[in-house]
Amino acid sequence: MSEHIVIVGAGHAGGTLATQLARAGDRFRITLIGAENWPPYERPPLSKQLLMGEVPTEKVFLRPESFYADKGVDLRLGTEVTSIDRAGKTVTLAGGESLAYDRLALCTGTAIREIPVVGRDLPGVHYIRTIDDTLAIREKATPGARVVIAGGGYIGLEAAAALRKLGCDVTVIEMMDRVMARAVAEPVSRFYEDAHRAEGVRILLETGVAEIGGNGRAEHVTDSHGHVHAADIVLVGIGVVPVVALAADAGLAVDDGIVVNARARTSDPDIFAAGDCTRHPNALLGQTVRLESVQNAVDQARCISNELNDKGADYAEVPWFWSDQYDLKMQMAGLPAPDDEVVVRGDPDSRSFSVFYLRDGKVSGVNAINVGADYVRGRKWIGEGRTVDAARLADTEIPIKEV
Amino acid sequence: MPVIHITNRAGAESTLEAESGISVMENLRDNDYEIDAICGGSCACATCHVYVDEAWAAKLPAQDDDEKGLVEDEPTYKANSRLSCQIEMTDALDGLKLTIAPEA
Repeated sequence: MSEHIVIVGAGHAGGTLATQLARAGDRFRITLIGAENWPPYERPPLSKQLLMGEVPTEKVFLRPESFYADKGVDLRLGTEVTSIDRAGKTVTLAGGESLAYDRLALCTGTAIREIPVVGRDLPGVHYIRTIDDTLAIREKATPGARVVIAGGGYIGLEAAAALRKLGCDVTVIEMMDRVMARAVAEPVSRFYEDAHRAEGVRILLETGVAEIGGNGRAEHVTDSHGHVHAADIVLVGIGVVPVVALAADAGLAVDDGIVVNARARTSDPDIFAAGDCTRHPNALLGQTVRLESVQNAVDQARCISNELNDKGADYAEVPWFWSDQYDLKMQMAGLPAPDDEVVVRGDPDSRSFSVFYLRDGKVSGVNAINVGADYVRGRKWIGEGRTVDAARLADTEIPIKEV
Repeated sequence: MPVIHITNRAGAESTLEAESGISVMENLRDNDYEIDAICGGSCACATCHVYVDEAWAAKLPAQDDDEKGLVEDEPTYKANSRLSCQIEMTDALDGLKLTIAPEA
C-alpha cells in the first residue's frame, strides 16, 4: 500500500520533492499543495529575465503543468493549509477539507518583509516574490517610468538592472553605507555601486525610506534626509521572513525557521521540512543556518526523498548562490563572516575578478564575478576546509588551480 | 521532431523526441531525466552536466569561457563534457547522443 506524502508548499523545495518521490512509482501517493495559482516555478528569473520580458511565463515553471497529473501527483493550486493535527496525522485546508498523511513535508518558504512606513498599503507599492508581482511591475515598466527601489540587496539591484534595461529611471535607496552589505565585502559593494551608476541608476546610501505618499496610490517616496522622489513604481526589496506559523501552531520546534536535523526531519518523526523555511545544521560550516537559496531548497528536498526511500544521508553541502546584473555574473559560495580576511584576486576594472574570504587562513567564502573557475575552486576549498596562502591567492600570475 | 539518444546515470538508454528552440537541458528536465538544473539554465552551476558522444561534440556550438570555467573543475569532468543548458536543440542536432554525468 502506498505511503501518502502530503507536501505543503509548491515552490522549489515542494516541487522538487514531489518530482523526486514520483520516481519511486507506487511506493508513494503524493499530494502537493500550493497557495499560489502557478505550478512549481523558479523564483530567480522574477527579478531578471521575466521582469525584462525576455522569456514567456511558462519558461520559469520547474516542469510543464501537465507533468504532475502525468506522474500521478495530486497538485492542488490556490489552496492554503490552515492547520496540522499531529496526533491524528491530518492537515486541514482552508474550506475545511481534511487530508490524512503518512508523512508530511513543510516547504512553506518565506514571505516578503513589509516596509514598516506610512503609505505601505497604498496601491502601487510592489514587492518581488511571485510571478504575479513581476508581471504587475513589468506592465508599468515603460521607458521613462520613474522607479524608486527601497533596498540595495540582490532583489533591489537585480530589479534595478532589469528596469534600467527597460529604459526606466531608477533610484535605489539603501540604509547601510554600501549595497549588498549583508552578503559581500566592501570591494564587491563598491564595484556594483560603480557598475550601476555607470548605467545611470541613482544609488543613495545611508538613506532610508521615511514615508510613501500619494493621492490614492503611491506617487512619491520621502527619504530619511527629507528628499521627495516622484515615483511611477515603488518597489520594495528589504528581505523575507520564514513562513513558520503552521509549524509553530502545531507545536514543532521553531527558531527563525522550522528546526530540522541533518535529515530534514522536524521535532515530529513523521514531519519533514525543506527550503527557505528551515533552520538546519551544516556540518561543513559547523553551525546551524537558514538559507534563502535554490540550492538549499533542491538539496534538502532531495535529502527528504532519499530518507523516505531508505537511502538517507546527512545533508551537508557548501551553500552557493548567484546574482545576475547587466553583463555581470556573480557566483558565490560559503557564508563568510563580517570579520573574515578579504583577498581580492584580479582587477575589478576588468569586470572579471574575485574576492575570497579567509577565516584563520581557511577559505570561508568566495564571490566570483565573471570568472567561474574561481568560484568552482573556491567552493571546493570551502568544502575541504582548505588553508590557502593569501598572497598566492591575490597573485593572478598564479593560475587558480595552482594557488 | 528531432530526437536525442540518452544514456542515464544507471546506464539505461532511451530516445527522447525533443523540442527545437529550447536547450538540451530543458528537454531533459521537462521529460524528467535525472539532472537538477539548479540555476535554471543561467550557466551558474554545473548540475546539468552531460557527456556528448564524440561524433557529435564537433557539431555543437563552441563552449564559451563561462561554461568552460564551470565544468572543467568538476571531479566528473571529461573531454566531451558540456553543460546541457548551453546547447540549444535544433533540427540539425537530430540524433544527438549523450550520457548524463554522474552526480557531483
